[in-house]
Amino acid sequence: MSKSDRRIDIEEISGVTVARLLEKKILDEANIEALGQELFSLVDKDGRKKIVLDFSLVEYLSSAALGKLITMHKKMATAKGKLVLCSIQKDIMDVFKITQLNKILTLCADLDEALTKF
Amino acid sequence: MTNPVHFEIKIPSNTGDGLAVQEQLILLMERFEYSMRDIFAMRLSLEESLTNAIRHGNKLSPDKQVEITCRIDHERMHVVILDEGDGFDPDDVPDPTLEEFIERPCGRGLMLMRAYLNTCEYSDGGRRLTMERERNSPLPILED
Repeated sequence: MSKSDRRIDIEEISGVTVARLLEKKILDEANIEALGQELFSLVDKDGRKKIVLDFSLVEYLSSAALGKLITMHKKMATAKGKLVLCSIQKDIMDVFKITQLNKILTLCADLDEALTKF
Repeated sequence: MTNPVHFEIKIPSNTGDGLAVQEQLILLMERFEYSMRDIFAMRLSLEESLTNAIRHGNKLSPDKQVEITCRIDHERMHVVILDEGDGFDPDDVPDPTLEEFIERPCGRGLMLMRAYLNTCEYSDGGRRLTMERERNSPLPILED
């Protein structure tokens, strides 16, 4: 996969994988499917167990994207890993609150706080 | 002041065409200078409703179309989406926040539309959805 095709940017910080979501709009099906595959490969293929998803660039997301996050959360739990989401803009945070996914996902204000969760 | 606009289109049952219509409707909202909050609400609702009509209603059938009607003015945006599927009963959609459903990867679209729209009503056996968002609506209202 070329760099321009990627939907996440990966960085390692103190043994934690920080995956920054690069798309502003996580809406259309093809994009969401591709994002899901990239995220799932972090745990399924690479065996990573400490992952932060950085949402700072994300302005829109749909319920289909929420579905991928839930599947990722379950995969991490099965692998006895931990998934943390951070830097979520207010409108997106409202979506997590409406769906009450803030009760099952670990959400942090920023990356510094997220890194303290491991 | 921009005059009210009426917009009608029929699209084939694929999500790419749905996305293109969504962009056209958002451009209309921008022309009428709706807030970013209103635009966020309608973009989310349009994405959920068009995906439902195309994927769950028409089941991506090349023989079926989705009809979209929009009326926009300075007070509100009103959209009707009609598919050619078998319909459904919105009351049969379980509450995705219940403990037994919260970890399901799907089934949140209807809940989100109801949270963001002043009107979100199904008719014609679940084939027709009428959506409306008023300018500067306080929705969604969150408990905390």
